[in-house]
Amino acid sequence: MAIDQKTVAKIAHLARIRIPEAEQGSVASELSGILAWVEQLNEVNVEGVDPLASVNDASLRVRPDVVDDGGYASDILKNAPASTASFFTVPKVVE
Amino acid sequence: MTKLTDLTIAQALEGLAAKEFSAVELTEAHIAAMDKARSLNAFITETPDLAREQAKASDARRAAGEAKDLDGIPLGMKDLYCTKGVRTTAASKILENFVPPYESTVSQKLADAGSVMLGKTTLDEFAMGSSGGTSAFGPAISPWSGPNPAEAERKLIPGGSSSGSSTAVSARLAMGATGTDTGGSIRQPASITGIVGMKPTYGRCSRWGIIAFASSLDQAGPMARSVSDTALMLRVMAGFDRKDSTSVDISVPNYMDALTKSVKGLKVGIPREYRLDGMNKDTEKLWDQSAAMLRDAGAEVVDISLPHTKYALPVYYIIAPAEASSNLARYDGVRFGLRETGETLDAMYEATRSEGFGKEVQRRILIGTYVLSAGYYDAYYRKAQRVRRLIRNDFLEAFRSCDVILAPATPGTAFAFGEKTGDPVQMYLEDVFTVTLNLAGLPGLCLPVGLSQEGLPIGMQLIGRAFDESTLFTAASALERAAAFSHKPPFTA
Repeated sequence: MAIDQKTVAKIAHLARIRIPEAEQGSVASELSGILAWVEQLNEVNVEGVDPLASVNDASLRVRPDVVDDGGYASDILKNAPASTASFFTVPKVVE
Repeated sequence: MTKLTDLTIAQALEGLAAKEFSAVELTEAHIAAMDKARSLNAFITETPDLAREQAKASDARRAAGEAKDLDGIPLGMKDLYCTKGVRTTAASKILENFVPPYESTVSQKLADAGSVMLGKTTLDEFAMGSSGGTSAFGPAISPWSGPNPAEAERKLIPGGSSSGSSTAVSARLAMGATGTDTGGSIRQPASITGIVGMKPTYGRCSRWGIIAFASSLDQAGPMARSVSDTALMLRVMAGFDRKDSTSVDISVPNYMDALTKSVKGLKVGIPREYRLDGMNKDTEKLWDQSAAMLRDAGAEVVDISLPHTKYALPVYYIIAPAEASSNLARYDGVRFGLRETGETLDAMYEATRSEGFGKEVQRRILIGTYVLSAGYYDAYYRKAQRVRRLIRNDFLEAFRSCDVILAPATPGTAFAFGEKTGDPVQMYLEDVFTVTLNLAGLPGLCLPVGLSQEGLPIGMQLIGRAFDESTLFTAASALERAAAFSHKPPFTA
């Protein structure tokens, strides 16, 4: 399926990646090319085939729901672009 | 005496044990080599001081009779493995200044085994690429480009995404290096640069602390200059880790025992679908010769079929971007990494992510977002997952009539930078022979078997059953002895 400029703008917003309007056209044709190529999957009959999400047959392990790690907020904050006390800070979201 | 940088890991361990040289001397030789080869850009961050410190500690352990499995061996670490206190970038501007407060499980295991870390090797940004060309810190250049690679007219790619690791190992800057393989990122660069690369079974090595690309496909593995060196490294890197929910709790065999086993009676499958039209003639010839070598060593060669092979790449280019788009959602400028300014929170996210991610990464996030979005999920993502099962079933069926599969690792040899950049799909085709294993979760080992007419390395790939790396090592070792590849690149440090 060909992707148009409007769709590029929509998915770019969903992905929180800014794509200037002037570039949306070329991105649209690039993505359309890739999607046209993956569409050869339509040739494959997948009737009755279950999706494979993980190659590990066994179900994921469970562990006791207890806190067994943590207590080093200052380490965690070391790479933060902005922080105050023991919090990450972001631009104002509520007026 | 052989130059210290030319030794294999196995030879170096013998030399260290026999006190022919010290770990400090071995490390200094490699640091000098890195100095000489800096124009190859194999490393994003060099850590010579840390390496000297570790080498000194290694000598002390050996003197005390407490030497470990890889004690004193200088290695490169792909800059996708988080290393405590050492900058880890994933070759992305968005992580340019990220210094992890923790260590990945696999790099910790390598450190615990006494190895010495020379530095963080370059890669395609977030491991997305097959040439090393998408690195935000400039690409690594293959030592096969010429006697002076950085000045060569055609600067050849060292493969990708583990491009700095393949460059460092083939140019003799490191005895071995770590890689990660999501669609071929260990095996393709190994093949292109004439070294050995091993992608273990999914779940064999912990993914904890390795920056995620596509979580259901990513797997860590070793790169080195001999099959036994990769076996030595994998033995250390592998093992259950409760911090990775997909890590599998089974024992790790001593792979060294597998290296000397005979291949007598082993059934080697040749998949007919891998014989592509327009395939490199030298690759095809060496494939036939490799099969003959294994037959001469006592193996039985059988034809097999993997009918869904041609659909593996399209499946991969739906599943990998889908997983990447959610994994990379964490780079939002809040907790770590780059932050650009914006009036609102959304504006800050958008500015940060468009400044911080390179073109190929953005492209894959957009594709992933699209195939997961409402209305397209079933048509693309579900469909790809269903074909993924058919690809896995092909292998399960094939392994009823053979024990290992032999196939080329790449359709051609190294190309030059700028030669496959016009159409993204052309670059994606580099992984046509490697990506199938990631989708099926199987182990694969690539080793060099000869040179093309132009004098560039060609690698063969052996594919095994899940968690049967031992049989792979047995077959690879037999092929390595028969092929006796001893070519060195025109440049070595």
